[in-house]
Amino acid sequence: MSGPPVRRPRGRRTRASPHAEAREIVFDFLQGYDLLGAFWMTVKLTVLSAVGSLIWGTMLAGMRVGPVPLMRGFGTAYVNIVRNIPLTVIILFTSLGLDQTLRVSLGSDQVDTVNFRLAVLGLIAYTSAFVCEALRSGINTVPVGQAEAARAIGLNFTQVLTLVVLPQAFRSVVGPLTNVLIALTKNTTVAAAIGVAEAATLMKSMIENEAQLIAISAVFAFGFMCLTLPTGLLLGWVGKKVAVKR
Amino acid sequence: MTSVLYDTQGPRAKRRNILYSALFLVAFAALLWWVITSLNDKDQLAWEKWKPFVHSEAWSTYLWPGLQNTLKAAALAMVIALPLGAFFGIARLSDHAWIRIPAAAIVEFFRAIPVLVLMIFADAAYSAYTNTSSDDRPLYAVITGLVLYNSSVLAEIVRAGILSLPKGQSEAAMAVGLRKNQVMRFILLPQAVTAMLPAIVSQLVVIVKDTALGGAVLTFPELLASVSPMSAYYGANTIASFTVVALIYIALNFSLTSFASWLEGRLRRGKKSTGVVLAPAAVGGTESTGTGVGISI
Repeated sequence: MSGPPVRRPRGRRTRASPHAEAREIVFDFLQGYDLLGAFWMTVKLTVLSAVGSLIWGTMLAGMRVGPVPLMRGFGTAYVNIVRNIPLTVIILFTSLGLDQTLRVSLGSDQVDTVNFRLAVLGLIAYTSAFVCEALRSGINTVPVGQAEAARAIGLNFTQVLTLVVLPQAFRSVVGPLTNVLIALTKNTTVAAAIGVAEAATLMKSMIENEAQLIAISAVFAFGFMCLTLPTGLLLGWVGKKVAVKR
Repeated sequence: MTSVLYDTQGPRAKRRNILYSALFLVAFAALLWWVITSLNDKDQLAWEKWKPFVHSEAWSTYLWPGLQNTLKAAALAMVIALPLGAFFGIARLSDHAWIRIPAAAIVEFFRAIPVLVLMIFADAAYSAYTNTSSDDRPLYAVITGLVLYNSSVLAEIVRAGILSLPKGQSEAAMAVGLRKNQVMRFILLPQAVTAMLPAIVSQLVVIVKDTALGGAVLTFPELLASVSPMSAYYGANTIASFTVVALIYIALNFSLTSFASWLEGRLRRGKKSTGVVLAPAAVGGTESTGTGVGISI
């Protein structure tokens, strides 16, 4: 942009890249902020909640399709209640209700750790309802003959579910579960409501302290796109690979 | 008891089920016992903490104004997002690449970003570049964030609705000499709208739930934001306030969900449309990148 390169006098900066200075000017609003740390917190929240809600969601799905009426009722009630409460209410309740009123601190006395664990707990409680529903719709795609054949050779309910139906159901719900995972990644921002130091929390404080509103927002938008878009593409490909061809 | 997953139960299976029921009941009762004792220890079950909610004062001072704001934000966001979503959904189906590609980029961009980030951005942008009063700004920010996100989700619903129609519909319409935009306006959209209605109604649930973000992170005085002044005024009845607020959300959203599935069943039976009626949760799975409708906050 600035015409032919200017020959600099020999000195300290001779070997520095000509872009270094420009980079310093453009990105100086990032100085002093732990951007990577904030996104790492988002990733940690996502991964832990994803694993937890996959386990709890599968158990809920098992209860909802099982032969014990009481468990079926519990599963249905859980899903219908949790799905209709805003995640924000659940997360705020874990902090204001569980922690500050009932003193449930999940085995830690440091405020940051407690809030992190409470946020994971809230995210698991909420997301597992959607995992359960995705799995249940996957169970419905398994042909009736599969379960009938499994019963005909004498398998009981647990065996039918774990050996025959669920493995096929999981393969057909990779797509819907990916959507749940992407939504979960975005939902981790709600942890900002209880002060977990993740991306949205950092974004809010940077916007309050720095002037470059558009640049800051673009950085965070880019960060979230880096998390969500590859997940979608990768797992979409995996989903196509593993889907049972019928 | 007819399920393909298990046989009709004989005497042994019945006994086993009763045992499982009993074990489950014991575990559940233990959990309930723990909840009740810990609530009792912290004095949260005292009648004074719950009494305010049977009087009209708590409702008229805190809950009803909050609920009004929630409903106002949700309704405005839906009303603005719907035409925008329809526009982008149709734009993504355009024959012209210079319309289709930018529309796809915009839709995918706003679907990849959390609503909360959009709301925080909108709030800061309104305060930096416009002179909206600080009373109105949270409402505008919440609506802007919701519109940006939900119009791109609705665009996907509209696109899926139109794509679900049989090809013969548009072919027949073109054969009788309709122009492209006539095919869209007179043939495809009317049928697609019927097919999309359940999905659109259940997207309303997502919008209602997302308004709570405005109360927690921005200073939007909606239903959830009424919890802290309420529990401060009535003597630290946090649990009671949260329970009542959660029940209101459940009642509101459950009726919307039930309406959506009733609508779905009715449309399926009625067969007014040639398209497949989109189940509320089925949309969104058409693309590999994106949120399933219904989840998100």
